[in-house]
Parts: sequence; C-alpha cells; structure tokens
Amino acid sequence: MAKSALLKSSIGKKYWMALTGLFLCLFLVGHLAGNLQLLFGTQLQFNEYALFMTTNPAVKILSYVTYISILFHAIDGILLTIQNKKARPIGYAKNNAGANSAWASRNMAVLGTLILIFIATHMVNFWAKMHFTTMPLQKITVEAQPGATQDFYLTSGWGQDKFIPVQSVDGENIVLDGRDFYYTKPLKVKFAEGYKDLHTITIEFFKDPKWGLAFTIFYVFSMAVLAFHLLHGFNSAFQSLGANNPKYTPAIKVFGKGFAIIVPLLFAIIPLYIHFFK
Amino acid sequence: MNLTLKIWRQKNAQDKGQLVDYKISDVSPDMSFLEMLDVLNDGLVEKGDEPVAFDHDCREGICGMCSLYINGEAHGPDRGVTTCQLHMRMFKDGDTIFIEPFRAKAFPVIKDLVVDRSAFDRIQHAGGFISVNTSGNTQDANAIPIPKHDADRAFDAATCIGCGACVATCKNSSAMLFVSAKVSQFALLPQGKVEAAERVLNMVEQMDHEGFGNCTNTGACEIECPKGISLENIARMNREYFKASIK
Ligand code: HEM
Ligand code: SF4
Ligand code: FES
Repeated sequence: MAKSALLKSSIGKKYWMALTGLFLCLFLVGHLAGNLQLLFGTQLQFNEYALFMTTNPAVKILSYVTYISILFHAIDGILLTIQNKKARPIGYAKNNAGANSAWASRNMAVLGTLILIFIATHMVNFWAKMHFTTMPLQKITVEAQPGATQDFYLTSGWGQDKFIPVQSVDGENIVLDGRDFYYTKPLKVKFAEGYKDLHTITIEFFKDPKWGLAFTIFYVFSMAVLAFHLLHGFNSAFQSLGANNPKYTPAIKVFGKGFAIIVPLLFAIIPLYIHFFK
Repeated sequence: MNLTLKIWRQKNAQDKGQLVDYKISDVSPDMSFLEMLDVLNDGLVEKGDEPVAFDHDCREGICGMCSLYINGEAHGPDRGVTTCQLHMRMFKDGDTIFIEPFRAKAFPVIKDLVVDRSAFDRIQHAGGFISVNTSGNTQDANAIPIPKHDADRAFDAATCIGCGACVATCKNSSAMLFVSAKVSQFALLPQGKVEAAERVLNMVEQMDHEGFGNCTNTGACEIECPKGISLENIARMNREYFKASIK
C-alpha cells in the first residue's frame, strides 16, 4: 500500500496551501482591525495597539505562526507552480482559457508573487522601523495653568507614573501634537520610555510630499492584487480541504467573494484617507 | 462552408512537429467534426499525401477515444460533447480552426493528433477496481441496499469515459477530475469501501508519478468535461485522501 504523503503528494501540498492561506485570511482580519484605528481611534489608541502587537507574548507566538505561514505558503505555491509548468512542456498554439476558467484562478502565482513583494516592502517600511529603529515617541504637552506647559511622553503605564488631574473637560487644556484632546479621567504619564509613535510615522509616510502619492498608489494596487488572489483563493481553499457540498458551498462562495472584496477595500481606504484628507 | 484548418502535423514522437494550413471547401453544417476530417483525409490520400492521424472509435460519445484541442478548447467549443459529437454547425463559413493534440507531459504525442493516454490505464491499475468473488456464487449487487442519492452520485462519477479532456484543458495538466471520478464511483458504494483507503493512496501516488500537474481548482475541467463530471468529486477525493492518510 502506498504511504500517505501529507507533505509531498499533490493533494498534501494543497492541504498546506489551503490551511496556510486560510490562516493568513484570519491574520488579515486581525491586522485590519488594528489598522482601522488609524481612521476611528485616537493617536494614543493606535500606538497602544502597536505596542501591544510588538510585546504581548501571545501575539508574539501568533506572529511567528504568521511569518511561517507566509513563507510556507509562498514556497509551497512556487513549488506547485513550477511542477505545474513542467507538466505541459509544449503549450497550445491557440488556447481559449477564458471560456472555462476565471483569470484570477489562472494567475495565482503572479498575484501571490506581487503580494510577496508588497509584504517585503511593507515590512521594511513599518515592521522593521517598529522593531529595530529608535522611533520618535508620542509626546503630549500639558498646560496645567495658562502659560505653564510641560512635555510628557505617554507610556503603557508601568513604572514611575505621574498623574495629571483633569478638573473639567472645558477648563483643562491638553494639547496633543497640536490638536486638542480632552480627558475626563486623570491621565497617567511617564517621563522616560514612551509609546513609539507609529501613528505619526504612518501618517507622514503616506503624506510624504515627494513619495506619499506613489506609496498610496502602490498600497492600493497591492490591495487590488490581494482581492483577486482571494477572489479565487478563499473558496479554492475549501475545495482543497474537501469541503464542497451542495448545501453549504453556495453560502461559502458568497461569503468568500464578500471577504475578498471588503477586506482589501477597507485596507485600501486607510492610506487613501490619510493621503487625501488628513 | 469553406474553412481554413491549422492542423498539428508530427511524423512521430521524436519529430518536432508544426502547424500546417489546409483549405477545405463544401463542408456541410450537419457533418460531425470527425467526418469533416475524414473528408480532408480522403482528399489528402487522393493527392498521395499522408492523411492526418487522429483517434476515434465509437463515434457516439461513449468510448472516450476521440480527442483534439479545437480552437483552444478540448473537444471544441460545444459543451457536454466529445469531438465525435461536435457538429460543424458550431462554426461559420470562412472560419480558421486550430486543431491540436491534447498537450501534457503525461500524454506524449505518438503521431499528428494522436496522443498516448495509457497513463490513465496505469492509474486505473493502481486501484480503480474492486476485488469480488467471481467463482459463480457472486452476490447480486442489487441485493445490497444503497441510498438512491449515493447510487446516483456514484453513477454520475462512473460516466467518466477517460477521454482526458480534463487534463488537456487544465492549465496544470492535472488529472484530478478523472482520478476523483474513478475514486468516487467506488467510495460512495459499500462494495468500494473495503479497499477505499488503499485505492485513493495508490491512485494518487500513480497520478503524481505519471507527471500530471497539481490541481488549482480553476474549474476548467468541469466545464470542458463531455460527461459533466463535477468538482464535488475532487473535493470527495481530497477528503478520502486525508482520511486514508491519518489511518
Ligand atoms: C496575505 C497573504 C495571502 C493570503 C491571505 C493568501 C491566501 C491564499 C488562499 C486562501 C489560497 C487558496 C489555497 C487553495 O487553493 O487551496 C491561495 C493560493 C495560492 N497562493 Fe496565496 N495567499 C497569500 C499570499 C501569497 C503569497 C505571498 C504567495 C507567493 C507566491 C502566494 C501564492 C499562492 C499560490 C501560487 C496559490 C495557488 C496554489 C495552487 O496552484 O493551487 N500567496 N492563497
Ligand atoms: S473526467 Fe470528464 S474530461 Fe476527464 S477523463 Fe473523465 S470524462 Fe473525460
Ligand atoms: S469516438 Fe468514442 S467518444 Fe468520440
């Protein structure tokens, strides 16, 4: 009897493509939830989230699973594509592939490679800065009495804290990066290590006078690529895992198409908003 | 109808081969595609030229022998038909028609439009059967109660005629639709359950060994299959393979 080959057989490789692909879909949801705070949250909330994502032990484990999934998915995908190309050494003079299959399904490797390039540039621009460089810290200027201001770095709240009492929302004037912020609770601040200001880095990145527009276009383009990858990939993963059933598949297909369009669209709105409206 | 045919000519497996143009006139829309090729060949033989070699046998859509990649589609532009069931009325006067052999590393060209599909036979030998006692006291298959739903799906899978259009159409030359039909027709029935695990492992191993590509779930095979074999069979095979793997 043939030995099962969960890593080497064609079907085994597809299980891994599907599992890693679906895990990456979950990752996208988590990542998107964080990014949306650039639109709907305060600067402090976003930087709190960024700190949490780079320090929390549970998130650390998840992030390693994500790195491994991306690598495994990309390597497995490229290996599959090379095998598939070898399976037809001489092509057709005329091939009417559009008559029987969707464009995205025939170009998963090209779309995936473009996503890989995007992930690499994305990590250089944001991830590496957050992990390896000394970043500007988020600073607030507090004006306790008219004329008497002092700078504080906001922090996650460990160590030597200093409380700034807030008497009333109107009476207290807390200036945060030039914009007015009102806190109804005493504010906990710390002098030394503050929140790395990924918020400002992100805004400046997409508002860069020279490159901001190009970065925004590249980001939006990459999200369109992701949308096409998922338009085929999301449903394909269920088929690979053997989930094809006349009862549930129509619903999965509708959900998959929705996911493939909505998630990249929401990602893309963020840089567009920052570039054009912030 | 007057047509221009661009036909792949290749003397033997070693020859490089090329597309050759042929003009053909007075083609009746009621002819089948193979009859049209018969007429072309009659003309070639009369002129003393080598006729175009192509595969065919039953000419009624049941044997799976006819092949041909016609204008970029396996068995031509019609749906749910083999090339022998394709009619010239699908084409217009003045059309140029590309006629190429099924292309896959696992289906090497023997001559012109004839390819060697014995890789399918070897996959069948690896597990596409059930072992039954044929010594004279064989149990009547109808004595085993089988839910109608399962029997219907097994029968649908069993209508695969092994033509190879799925492989020819697939951008990866994957044989998953064929193999999954052969796995499913037994996996759904009690008689096939006995050897189910071995069957799927052995057939998939042979499939990979023959040099077919992997499945990307583009669904092209299902559309071009003359027998309408469904992608659900591939999903079933993926489940069967997993079940067999963790046993
Ligand atoms: C966030 C990023 C990504 C997500 C969410 C994702 C998701 C998916 C999903 C769900 C599938 C379907 C799996 C299946 O058919 O079973 C898939 C297929 C594929 N992915 Fe990705 N993917 C991502 C990035 C990449 C990258 C970076 C590559 C790099 C080359 C890539 C290459 C491929 C290829 C080649 C396939 C098709 C494999 C086949 O032939 O069936 N993907 N992807
Ligand atoms: S699955 Fe369809 S296309 Fe493939 S060999 Fe069987 S009948 Fe032909
Ligand atoms: S010749 Fe038998 S199916 Fe076409």
